[in-house]
Amino acid sequence: MSTEKPKVAFYWCASCGGCEEAVIDLAEDILKVVEAVDIVFWPVALDFKKKDVEAMKDGSIAVSFINGAVRLSEQEEMVKLLRQKSGLVVAFGSCSHLGGIPGLGNFWNKETIFRRAYITTPSTDNPDGTVPLEKTEVDGKELTLPRFYDTVYTLDQVIDVDYYLPGCAPPPDLIMNALQAILEGKLPPKGAVLSPNKSLCDDCKRNESKPEKLTIKEIKRPWEVELDPEKCFLAQGVICMGPATRTGCGERCIEANMPCRGCFGPTDQVIDQGAKFLSSLASILDTDDEKEIEKIVDTIVDPAGTFYRFSLPSSILRRRRMEDIK
Amino acid sequence: MANEAFEPKLVGFLCNWCSYTGADLAGTARMTYAPNIRIIRVMCSGRVDPQFVLKAFIEGADGVLISGCHPGDCHYQEGNYNALRRHRLLSKMLEQFGIERERFRLEWVSAAEGVKFQQICDEFTEQIKKLGPLNLNGGKDEHREA
Repeated sequence: MSTEKPKVAFYWCASCGGCEEAVIDLAEDILKVVEAVDIVFWPVALDFKKKDVEAMKDGSIAVSFINGAVRLSEQEEMVKLLRQKSGLVVAFGSCSHLGGIPGLGNFWNKETIFRRAYITTPSTDNPDGTVPLEKTEVDGKELTLPRFYDTVYTLDQVIDVDYYLPGCAPPPDLIMNALQAILEGKLPPKGAVLSPNKSLCDDCKRNESKPEKLTIKEIKRPWEVELDPEKCFLAQGVICMGPATRTGCGERCIEANMPCRGCFGPTDQVIDQGAKFLSSLASILDTDDEKEIEKIVDTIVDPAGTFYRFSLPSSILRRRRMEDIK
Repeated sequence: MANEAFEPKLVGFLCNWCSYTGADLAGTARMTYAPNIRIIRVMCSGRVDPQFVLKAFIEGADGVLISGCHPGDCHYQEGNYNALRRHRLLSKMLEQFGIERERFRLEWVSAAEGVKFQQICDEFTEQIKKLGPLNLNGGKDEHREA
């Protein structure tokens, strides 16, 4: 064997599998990737085990791409192992970057999630009310399951993260750019989000259709209106997270005539995407009258779930107050 | 912990032009009021980013007050209206996080209303004493981080 290729690992935690799809979506480019690197661990596609990773030398994996949020003790254990074995760790996709959709579980806790998922959903048939246990005795032997945490974590709340590839899922061009930067050693400072640091509105084609002074009298949900395919969503009274969301996604949702939901997270200047969006939305409500304001606010059905759709675990509050959950 | 022993921590964002001056008046007139509030002077109630409020709560505040000029009196014309709109929307959102509306208060205090400021501080402190501590625990999960 001549010069050794850099080793790469892929891993998934609490995620939907869409990020794995995103890697496959590189299409022909995936052949270039395989040519340039050696994939040493990828549970969704290749048959390697945890012990294979344990046998590797510390720091011997050039880069680990980890998608998904951390919600189970098993995930925590695996990402800690990969951190130890890797030179670089990239949080891949919204869930590991910000908590993502699984992060909405932070409005609940383990007990209420188990009750809903295993007992009260109409499609569940579980007369004994059995829920997963960490330890079970079967024929005198003890079986174990990973611990399910009350709270969902972003990857960087559990291990040190070098870079972030945002998106649900990250678009192919950003993935290829990141891979190229890593292979050529042309990386930005540690901690960077590998997408341009400006808001989506800056790149949005509909920006020109935005009125001089943008104001909203009534908030509507996308299904309540026939959406104009050219006009700024906020000008149509529909919540679009664009002002508080990082660009670089290629505006796939906007092109499909759907408003931005915020999967790229905030720009570097902002800590809390939801709070920042709340601030900008409140500023454009078109009334100074207290009662009128309250009336408009009433039409926003689920502000927390809407503004933090992808970023609840990375927000300042991180989760709903524990003692409020019954 | 008995509730008598609970002394709420309150954070107050006061605008420079009206409310801070009003609080100053309460001080120079030697009015006594509950010492629970920690005052932060900002140029305008409209400068209070919702992130400031969340940060106050997560770092241990049991209640947050924003106080600005009366409607129509804002030094910057309409900053206090922005504060009002944000307050109403943020209050609704905070409830979803289990933070009661009573813990987040918006008041109008003019530079002449030292007495009103005194009353607000006493009343807010009493109200939060009744509600009890917020106990956000820094958003940490005892199940994992014990």
